[in-house]
Amino acid sequence: MDSIKYLKSTDLKHWLEELARENSVFAPRAEGDSVIFAPFEPKQEMSIKHAPTVPPKKTVFPQSEKLVDFTYSKDPENLGRVMIEGKEILPEGTAVVFGGRPCDVRGFTMFDRVYLAEKTADIYYKTRRDNTSFITLACEKPENTCFCHWVGSSPSDTTGSDVMATPIEGGYVLEAFTERGQDLLTSRLLENGDRWILEAQEVHTIAAGSLTEAPNLSQAPQKLLDVFDNMDFWENAAAKCLSCGACTYLCPSCYCFNITDETAGMQGTRFRSWDNCMSAQFTMEASGHNPRPTKAHRLKNRIGHKFSYYPTIHNRIISCCGCGRCIKSCPVSLDIREIVLEAINYEPAAGEE
Amino acid sequence: MKFQEELKNSIRKVLPELDMVIGWGKSFDPLHATPHFIRRQEDIDELVISPLSVHNLATYLPGLRGKKVGIVVKGCDSRSVIELLQENLIDRKNVTIFGFPCTGVVDQTKIKKAMGHTGNIESCDMSDTAIVIKSKDKTRSLPLSEMLADKCHSCRYPDAIISDHFVGDRIADPAPAAADYQALAAFEKLSVSERFGYWLKELDRCTRCYACRNACPLCVCRDHCAAESRDPHWLSQENNVRDKLMFQVIHAYHLAGRCTECGECQRACPVDIPVLLFKQKMNKEIRDIFHYEAGVDPEATPPLLSFKMKEENITEKVW
Repeated sequence: MDSIKYLKSTDLKHWLEELARENSVFAPRAEGDSVIFAPFEPKQEMSIKHAPTVPPKKTVFPQSEKLVDFTYSKDPENLGRVMIEGKEILPEGTAVVFGGRPCDVRGFTMFDRVYLAEKTADIYYKTRRDNTSFITLACEKPENTCFCHWVGSSPSDTTGSDVMATPIEGGYVLEAFTERGQDLLTSRLLENGDRWILEAQEVHTIAAGSLTEAPNLSQAPQKLLDVFDNMDFWENAAAKCLSCGACTYLCPSCYCFNITDETAGMQGTRFRSWDNCMSAQFTMEASGHNPRPTKAHRLKNRIGHKFSYYPTIHNRIISCCGCGRCIKSCPVSLDIREIVLEAINYEPAAGEE
Repeated sequence: MKFQEELKNSIRKVLPELDMVIGWGKSFDPLHATPHFIRRQEDIDELVISPLSVHNLATYLPGLRGKKVGIVVKGCDSRSVIELLQENLIDRKNVTIFGFPCTGVVDQTKIKKAMGHTGNIESCDMSDTAIVIKSKDKTRSLPLSEMLADKCHSCRYPDAIISDHFVGDRIADPAPAAADYQALAAFEKLSVSERFGYWLKELDRCTRCYACRNACPLCVCRDHCAAESRDPHWLSQENNVRDKLMFQVIHAYHLAGRCTECGECQRACPVDIPVLLFKQKMNKEIRDIFHYEAGVDPEATPPLLSFKMKEENITEKVW
């Protein structure tokens, strides 16, 4: 079976319709003035010209998911004895996500190192991850908030993708990179794509060429540790931050969560929902002590985690995919690139340790 | 802006007595400004006032209480400062206010719609009547008036209402008489089920990032917000659009008669949910019942923060 195919633009909907027969298909759709990932509906226009406002994070890591339903019961012989019975709720079915960008899909590989670790695999995450395929759209024209090439990626990076779709005149060149991807490319709507591959490569080259030269971030892990105790540095960096969660919740590689129980009477459900390290409650301890009491502490952690602590324990891989949503969607345009560079270039003033 | 140099000079004189002055500066692309914290004299050079100076910087004031802070305000921003003073959330003696005559700020969403896409902007030039925006493949001249935020069209206070240093010439006769709430009036004509359906659809994409809350200058409950509180337990963390709606309703009620409609909640929303409409509805009711407008008189008390034995426009039930 060949793994390079060509799909006419006019057949895209029909192809996704075919895939939707056996999978839940998610695709970018305009809602109001934003573009989000929503269940694919043939009657609704997709919005795939530009990177979506929100990444497809929720397709594998839902904003909120049920983990366990539980019921309390009392021992009739001893009413003081309460028993609890829980029923795990595992996600079911397979999904195909169309239209994520290379950065969006690569973001999940940051999750994988944490949630698919051998001895501590997260069964909820793993189930969805195993059952979700990604048909990624190569970027033709990176935006000025894009910096995937700073963090070891590119506008045509295939990391994490099952199929890469490259838009060319009149259609898409589809390339499979996994067995699962090959299985997605069996439709009769697809024709052999070998003769278009050069055109696709040209798109990749132009996109990569449109990016300005990337700074070298190899010193970032150490340099960020060097400014760890420099609270003046972090207070300056965080001055305009509003401590909201726009950056975190729109980040394809932010994976923190909270767990809460919703109980009514003798029954309840345990939920896992996105949590956000920029929020004051994130590290609030039961004693009332908060080890990250100010937004400066919290921003230091967010940037340190992505550009220092994570790369230190995960083979120097920066836990940021460079999609730029945290810059573009920040209500005050806080620019993570600027802060990382400031840390790298920081020179202690004379007399300062 | 013509008065920009005058403003810089004025800040230059006062800065030595202050911990910082908050204004606006250049951002990641020519189409955006960003809050700029001026601490050293050389920071003053980077101050930029333009129709891109959208952010309401009063939001930062309660968090900086205790420090000597200078703040540059548009007319609408000054109303938030007044409201914060009324509620004793900031100290007048510690805040130095720099006002200027504002001719309106842009709505980035309108620009995005007009341009089709704003991810690759290379330059943005402003005149009194137009914004000329250049990207790699096109140049568009957009009429400034059509790109202004809705609030600017019904603005009655283009000059800072309260200030210690005012630069530029005051705009003597602001156009409209009062907020006309056109969008709200159209919305109110819909049936209850249509309105409810609208919100369920709009709020479905809410990520619960609470940018709307954190950008609000008058959301001052901080880590005691109903959104995350477990006790009292108003909201669950379930991904439930009714919980999201409930938060917006709590937010709007909490702001009734305090909100100055600066629109930061809506501007901050990363997925463009029109949440200002909730607050406009509340304010319209407050105006009709109490004849009150928030943030214009430092000596006034917002109606829901005061108590009268007998309200003029509320007829008590006779039990």
